[in-house]
Amino acid sequence: MTRPPDDAAREGDISRRALLASAASIAGAVTLGAQPYRLLAQGPAAAAATDTTAVVVPPDPTAVPGMVTTARGIRSPFVHPERAPAGVLSGASYAPLQNMSGTITPSDLFFERIHNGVAMVDPQQWKLMIHGMVERPLMIDLEQLLRYPSVTRTYFVECSGNGRAAYRTPKPEMTPQQVDGLLSTAEWTGVPLATLFREAGVKPGAKWFIAEGGDAARLSRSIPMEKALDDALLVWGQNGEALRPSNGYPVRLLLPGFEGNTSIKWVRRLELSDQPNMSKDETSKYTDPIPGSKARQFSFLMDVKSVITSPAYPQQLTERGWWPIRGLAWTGRGRIAKVEVSTDGGRSWQQARLEGNNLPLAPVRFEQMWKWGGSPAILLSRATDQTGAVQPTRTEFQKARGIGPDYHFSYIRGWTVGRDGVVQYGVEA
Amino acid sequence: MRRALVVLLLGAGACQAKEAHQPLPEGPFGLGRTPTEEEVAAWNTSVNPTGKNLPAGQGSVAEGKVVFAAKCAACHGDAGQGMPPTYPQLVGKEPADFSFDDDFKKAHTIGNYWPYATTLYDYINRAMPLTAPGSLTPPEIYAVVAYLLAANGVIAEDAVMNAMTLPQVKMPARDRFVADDRGGETFR
Repeated sequence: MTRPPDDAAREGDISRRALLASAASIAGAVTLGAQPYRLLAQGPAAAAATDTTAVVVPPDPTAVPGMVTTARGIRSPFVHPERAPAGVLSGASYAPLQNMSGTITPSDLFFERIHNGVAMVDPQQWKLMIHGMVERPLMIDLEQLLRYPSVTRTYFVECSGNGRAAYRTPKPEMTPQQVDGLLSTAEWTGVPLATLFREAGVKPGAKWFIAEGGDAARLSRSIPMEKALDDALLVWGQNGEALRPSNGYPVRLLLPGFEGNTSIKWVRRLELSDQPNMSKDETSKYTDPIPGSKARQFSFLMDVKSVITSPAYPQQLTERGWWPIRGLAWTGRGRIAKVEVSTDGGRSWQQARLEGNNLPLAPVRFEQMWKWGGSPAILLSRATDQTGAVQPTRTEFQKARGIGPDYHFSYIRGWTVGRDGVVQYGVEA
Repeated sequence: MRRALVVLLLGAGACQAKEAHQPLPEGPFGLGRTPTEEEVAAWNTSVNPTGKNLPAGQGSVAEGKVVFAAKCAACHGDAGQGMPPTYPQLVGKEPADFSFDDDFKKAHTIGNYWPYATTLYDYINRAMPLTAPGSLTPPEIYAVVAYLLAANGVIAEDAVMNAMTLPQVKMPARDRFVADDRGGETFR
C-alpha cells in the first residue's frame, strides 16, 4: 500500500514525540473586539491553550490512553498538506490537489490569489454599499447582511491563470498542485445578490454592476447584470465557518463558474451602471489575445477541464497490478457529462466512473481502475460538459487561441509512467 | 397527468444546468440604511471611459516624470521597463500590430495593449503605489498618467492631462477587444 506522495516524502521527519506548537504564538498576538455574531466569533481568548498539546505517537496506541480533547482539530503528525509558495504579497499560493480526497478543499488549503496582500478586516467596521442606478441606495452592515435569507451551495473557484506555469514552462517534476492548484472548492453560505438588488431596486438601463474589494488593491471588476439576477452570491460562510481572511473575510462576492478574480474578496461596494468600468483587471489583465490581432474581453466562464491527481508526480508505482486513476473534472458551464481516461497517450479512451454527486459548477471526482503491467504508459484525462464542450488537445488549443494565451489553459494534460513506475508530468495530447 | 409525468421524467433524466432548490422569500426586508452623500463620495472613485468621477486638477508630462521617478521607478524602472513578472513593463510600442497570440513573452504595455486612457487614472488612484495605495494627489496622478502616455507615444510631450483631456485620449489598442465567443462543441 502506498501513501500519498507528500506524506511518504516526509515520513522521515516524524519522530515518535513530535511537538506541535504551531499556532500558539500567533493566537497570542490576535486581539479582536467583542463580536456580535456567534458564527463569526471564534473566541480568540480560548484558542491558544490546546494548540500546544504534545502529540505523542506510542508504539502501540491500544496499550496507552490517547490524547485529550482539543479546542481545534489538528492533522495527524504524519499528514502535511501545504499550500505553496508561502510569503507572496502579490501573486498566488497553490492548493495541494494531490493530497486531497473528494471535492471540498479544506479552508486552510484553499488556493490564494491576492493583488496586494490579504486584507484583515474588522467585521464591526465592515459595510457594503450598493449604489448607482438603483432606486434606494443601501448601506448594509454585517449583522444586517446575516439577517437576509441565506442559501448554501457548493461551487468551485478557479483562477483563470491556472495552468500557466505548466503551459509555459513544463517540467517533469511538476505536481498536480503546481500544474492546476489554483482550483479550490467550498460549501459557501450567503445571500443571493438578487435579493439585495431587489431591495435596492434596479433602475431600467442598469446592465452592469461594478464590484470593488476593500483590500489594498481595491480590486474592481464589472459584471453583467444577468449574473447578479442568476446565481451570484454574497457569501460569509465557507465550509461551515466564517470565511478565511484570504477568502475575503468577512464577505466576498461568489460568481459560480466565472474566473476567480471576479469573485471580489473583502467586497465593500457594488455600483450599478449602464456600462462597464474598464478597470485595469478587465482590460490590461484578464483578457485573452487570439489570432487575428484581437483579444477577448469579459471572458468570464471557465472552460471544461480535468486533471489526474493520482498517479502523478512525485508518486511512484511500487508494483504491478491494480491502480486507481483518480482526478477532478469541472466546468463553468454547468455539469460534467463524462470524463474519458487514456493510458496509451490518447490512442484509446475509456469512460471513467464519475463518483458521488455531480453538482453543477462544482468539480466531480472521476476514477478508473487500471491494471499496470509494468510497461511505460501515458495517462491522460479528457472531460466533456453538458453543453458538449470537450477539452481540446494542446494542438487544437493553440490552433484556436494561438500560443500566447495568458489565461484559460484548458487543454488535455497528462503524466508519463516509466518502466520503473516513476510518474512525471510533461506530456500533452 | 400523463404529460406531467413525461415532463417530470425528462426533467430528471436530462442533464440539468441547475439544482432544484426551494424558493427563497423575496422581501423586501428593509435591512440597511441609505448611505450619506459623503459615504458615497468617499468610496465611489471609479473612473470609466466617459471620465466620470475624474477630480479637478491637472498634470503635465514634465511634472509626471518627477513623480514617476520618486514614486514608481523603484518597481517599474526608470523608463517604465518594469521587472516582470511581478512589476509589469509599462512602456513599449511593439508589437504595434497587436500580434500577442503568437508569443506569450511579448509584454502587454500601456502603449500596445491598454484600450482606455481613463483606466490609468482609475487604477493608479485605487492601487498605486503598491506600498502606499491612495497616497497620490489628483495632480500627481494626472501627471504620472501624462508621463506614461507620452512615454508610450500616445500623447505629445507638452500635453496636459485633466478631467477634460484624459477621456479624449484614444489608445492605440482601443479597437482590439472583442466579445467572448467561447463555448459549444467547437473549441474556440
